[in-house]
Amino acid sequence: MFNAALFILAAVALFFSWRRDREKTGKALQIAKKQFFNLLPSMLGIISLIGLMLALVPREVIAGFFGNDSPLGILVIAIIGSITLIPAFIGFPLGASLIAAGASVTAVACFLTTVLMVGVVTAPVEIELFGKRFTILRNAAGLVAALAIGIIMGAILQ
Amino acid sequence: MKNQLKKYLLFLVVVIVDVLLWYYYPDRGVSAVTSAADYLMEMLLFIPPIFVLVGLLDVWVPRRIVEKHVGPGSGIKGIIISILVATAAAGPLYAGFPVAYALLKKGCRVANAVIFLGTWATIKIPMLMMEIKFMGLSFALLRLALTLPAVILTGYLLEKFLAGQPQADAPPAENL
Repeated sequence: MFNAALFILAAVALFFSWRRDREKTGKALQIAKKQFFNLLPSMLGIISLIGLMLALVPREVIAGFFGNDSPLGILVIAIIGSITLIPAFIGFPLGASLIAAGASVTAVACFLTTVLMVGVVTAPVEIELFGKRFTILRNAAGLVAALAIGIIMGAILQ
Repeated sequence: MKNQLKKYLLFLVVVIVDVLLWYYYPDRGVSAVTSAADYLMEMLLFIPPIFVLVGLLDVWVPRRIVEKHVGPGSGIKGIIISILVATAAAGPLYAGFPVAYALLKKGCRVANAVIFLGTWATIKIPMLMMEIKFMGLSFALLRLALTLPAVILTGYLLEKFLAGQPQADAPPAENL
């Protein structure tokens, strides 16, 4: 249902774009193709890793560590999220699989928000462009915001 | 070739572990491969239209609008434009860095550049669709509702903290 709506939306958008400007539409498709093939290796890697994790790590371990909103568990998952460089397209299915394995909403919300907002791996690039203070402040603010967002979401959704 | 191989390294390692696992514990090996295949099928089914939308948004939403309306003194309008354009962009956060840098150099205020980066990182439209699909509508909308004020607040706080610091050797905003 969701997929069908998405395909129709993309097809309609593509149709109108094509009628307005063929060149731009071609460029858009090029961007789409490039992004897809850029994503493919990490998508294959991380999805197969999710499968392995689900098969190897017993549900109770994930639920025990990330399921009861212990401060340590949340801090650990927020730090993992800050360090790892996962594209959002893969972060969400990973988050869903963590929830299915028994992790709490708070933990997963913290994880996803840090994955998106905090970039330890990309910090050198950020420092080069914006300076050290900017980078440290922005990422620290992101981490704090992620923890706050996770805790509020856990309180509302659980 | 070597570079290509490196990109697929994680996948290859996992496949080897999968095979070993299947050899010693057939049940678990099969379960690892089937759950991965399920996820993969699901992603391949709906990622193509999402990327088509990403590409279309990227070519049709002009970045020049941002450059025009996010200078010093731009209030709510600057925030809104920064957010709207960033939600339509393509690519991961580190692809947004050069764009924000270019904005700063053109006289954009720090708050708006940070808001632009934060939005780029967290609330792009195609990503929101993925989030709804995997995490559910209430999770996605609640996260959006909480992230948006956090991003705006971060922008203004950062601008305050960085006041007086030299800004990315910004030239006088002659083309505003």
